[in-house]
Amino acid sequence: MTERLFEGADWDFRTLQRIHDACEEVATKDLGLDVYPNQIEVITAEQMLDAYSSVGMPLFYKHWSFGKHFAFHEASYRKGLMGLAYEIVINSSPCISYLMEENTATMQTLVIAHAAFGHNHFFKNNYLFKQWTDAEGILDYLDFAKNYVASCEERFGRVEVERTLDAAHALMSHGIDRYPGKKKLDLRAEEKRAGRRRQHEEEVFNDLWRTVPKGAAKSRSALSIERRRKLLGLPQENLLYFLEKSAPRLAPWQRELLRIVRHIAQYFYPQSQTKVMNEGTATYVHYRIMSTLHRQGRITDGNFLEFLQSHTNVVFQPEFDDQRFSGFNPYALGFAMMQDIERIVTRPEDEDREWFPDIAGKNDVMGVLRDVWANYRDESFIGQFLSPKLMRHFRMFHLHDDPEERAGIRVDAIHDERGFRRVRRELARQHDVGFIDANIEVVDVDLSGDRRLILHHHVIKGSQLNETDAKRVLQHLADLWTYDVSLIEVDANDKVMREYVVSPRPLPAAA
Amino acid sequence: MAIHIIDRRLNPGGKSLENRQRFLRRAKSLVQGAVKKTSQERDIKDVLEGGEVSIPLDGMHEPRFRREGGTRDMVLPGNKKFIEGDYLPRSGQGSAKDSGPGEGDSEDAFRFVLSRDEFVDLFLDDLELPDLAKRKIAETESEGVQRAGYTTSGSPANISISRTVQLALARRIALRRPRKSEMDELEAQIAECIDEEKRAELVAEFEKLKAKSKRIPFIDPLDIRYRRFETVPKPVAQAVMFCLMDVSGSMSEHMKDLAKRFYMLLYVFLKRRYKHVEIVFIRHTDRAEEVDEQTFFYGPASGGTLVSSALQAMSDIVRERFNPSDWNIYAAQASDGDNSYSDGELAGMLLTEKILPVCQFFAYLEVGESGGSAFDLSDSSLWTLYDRLRNSGAPLSMRKVSERSEIFPVFHDLFQRRETQEKAAP
Repeated sequence: MTERLFEGADWDFRTLQRIHDACEEVATKDLGLDVYPNQIEVITAEQMLDAYSSVGMPLFYKHWSFGKHFAFHEASYRKGLMGLAYEIVINSSPCISYLMEENTATMQTLVIAHAAFGHNHFFKNNYLFKQWTDAEGILDYLDFAKNYVASCEERFGRVEVERTLDAAHALMSHGIDRYPGKKKLDLRAEEKRAGRRRQHEEEVFNDLWRTVPKGAAKSRSALSIERRRKLLGLPQENLLYFLEKSAPRLAPWQRELLRIVRHIAQYFYPQSQTKVMNEGTATYVHYRIMSTLHRQGRITDGNFLEFLQSHTNVVFQPEFDDQRFSGFNPYALGFAMMQDIERIVTRPEDEDREWFPDIAGKNDVMGVLRDVWANYRDESFIGQFLSPKLMRHFRMFHLHDDPEERAGIRVDAIHDERGFRRVRRELARQHDVGFIDANIEVVDVDLSGDRRLILHHHVIKGSQLNETDAKRVLQHLADLWTYDVSLIEVDANDKVMREYVVSPRPLPAAA
Repeated sequence: MAIHIIDRRLNPGGKSLENRQRFLRRAKSLVQGAVKKTSQERDIKDVLEGGEVSIPLDGMHEPRFRREGGTRDMVLPGNKKFIEGDYLPRSGQGSAKDSGPGEGDSEDAFRFVLSRDEFVDLFLDDLELPDLAKRKIAETESEGVQRAGYTTSGSPANISISRTVQLALARRIALRRPRKSEMDELEAQIAECIDEEKRAELVAEFEKLKAKSKRIPFIDPLDIRYRRFETVPKPVAQAVMFCLMDVSGSMSEHMKDLAKRFYMLLYVFLKRRYKHVEIVFIRHTDRAEEVDEQTFFYGPASGGTLVSSALQAMSDIVRERFNPSDWNIYAAQASDGDNSYSDGELAGMLLTEKILPVCQFFAYLEVGESGGSAFDLSDSSLWTLYDRLRNSGAPLSMRKVSERSEIFPVFHDLFQRRETQEKAAP
């Protein structure tokens, strides 16, 4: 019999070390996981709230909105409306996991298995994270961002910086490149480039150029629309990128701020696309590790029961008519799907052989799962691997709510032979970020006229923008663009449904 | 594999304090409104304990492009009885809840907890004692520090590097300490020199210079200078506030409660804002006594009413302890307005001749029975008297209060920060 990792609920730092080593043994030997080096930090409840308000990051620039979130979380935490997460894990190398000091030894084991191995493996291997994030560079970049924002505040005043950041935050969800570009993001180089760019501008600045007479300006109108759009890189759906590159009257530091916000938004982009998979992976991994540790006799039956209790809480899926229902629980769905894949690989039924000929009965559970974890995101994962058995298990059904339909909401498909594929397709679509976010792009700039910026929102299925919010965001956009901005909502047939026009607010002082 | 376990619990807390302050600053007017609203509903002792306030989200809203409406499709778990093609009524139980983005409740108020300090600061933010004019150099605890040249001794933290280096340079030049470049040049010459004799000469000179530069240090303890600071007394405004409260039998419990609330606010305001404010508590029936705050707020007493007794007591105390040329004197009086008929003249005389001339500001608060209709009947004897005095130009402010909720607005009104028109008060 192996030695127990701990007795009771108490732990100290040696216990954590033992727990980590035991988890690591299972994770690398049994599950074949490949992780970044781990860094485990023990924090208090207040520090956890801190982390909440700065999107989980250990360091972040200062902004009032983080204070607002902190106050909000703190109020609900104090009233007991909200529990705190047991952990937060950061996609960085080394991979930092925050553990709450209140956790019992069992919970720490669970959390280490979950975050330091489950999430960690996913961060390191999933293609989206590889493509979009730079785990080595993120902490340095955040440090740079923090200092840069602080230095801007010193030089240009807090109000001005706040104005720019407010506007950038409002456009954050539209500051993302959705398709992989030429090169991988390298945040360390990014930081150096920012410095060099400024230095270069200062070095080559020569006021004389201003006085050199220009030749007869090329007639702008001579540019064909095609050529003009090409010059500006239009259409462009990354609004922050467009502003950073093309807004006529932004100061260099403002462009740099937009760039910072854009990079941070980009960094979180993969996370929003892989909620189900990420949590599913981590939950599956912690479940496997905990079970193995229990089988080896390294944690007691009592501790294992404690684990099972919190585990079942985490993967609980309320039904749609339940008070607690608020959509699919990514933990529940993800974990169920991972277990289901395990079942299909090891004990397939005829139905599974028909639906999943590639993996059914392959018997190499971890091989299949590692491949899935590396190469899919939520949408494609659900679209491929949600099995009929699981749809029956969750008793899924598809509702179609057409406001035109007087009879009510139609049940479009249910968990039966006719409906499986449609339910699955629809659920996959619900997890497609490209579909959830409004599809807005810059289509043109009226260069010869009043420099109005023209945006299109391609309305899908009649779902338009919330009016008050849209106006406010556009106001921010206009403030950055410094000329009028118009947003046109068009449906699939190019019919204009609505048009917004917003003028920039006058600057408080000469810019 | 290497693993680091770090204990972050010892890190200093309040990492997000700055963000919080930024947030409060931005939401200041909203929070202030909320604080005042909350304080009306609360018990007086709790008012200054801080606590939860809620502000409308409006100005603090962070907008995003959000989509809404249109045709919606959703996949839900937990089907019990539906089959394909069923129709569910829209607002019935069968319909799913709004599955809009989790942000939701943007219309809702935003609730959060303020600490005691934050609360009181916001609560008292725009209040001040009017006309705090007489400033005097007080004897204690009012020292400021200012720079005063350089000194040859001091703590290492105060070393003035520029001055030290400057002096060292002057000394080196004066004593002709050989420069580094000179030495280097000589050394080069020695290396190049072929003539033995000349070379020996050069070496000797080099040695001489070397010895000299050793004798004359680059920086000598003599050169070191420290920044000197000296303390200067700062003028401080000294003020005294007299709290005069009627506790006679004609005051009902309700009236006493109003008066006490008013003084409690005044007390907190002064304690918090002005370090150098003395507070004198005087309560009176048909005779007046100076009491401590405990007795003032909680002690029972009853009897007839002679307002002049309190005024006399105040005037005596002023004469004994607070020289009007050194002190800013304020008074706040709370009463139900009853006074014995014969006392009116005496009170009026005391007020005009002894008290008002030395006072910066005199506030009179008349408390009434809840319901307040009594006010319409006729003005009380005290009110009539004070009204006459005020019309003849005395610095007197008068307010009537009959409900708890009026206390704070009246208080705020009396001590509001006034920009210029202090004298405009008729």
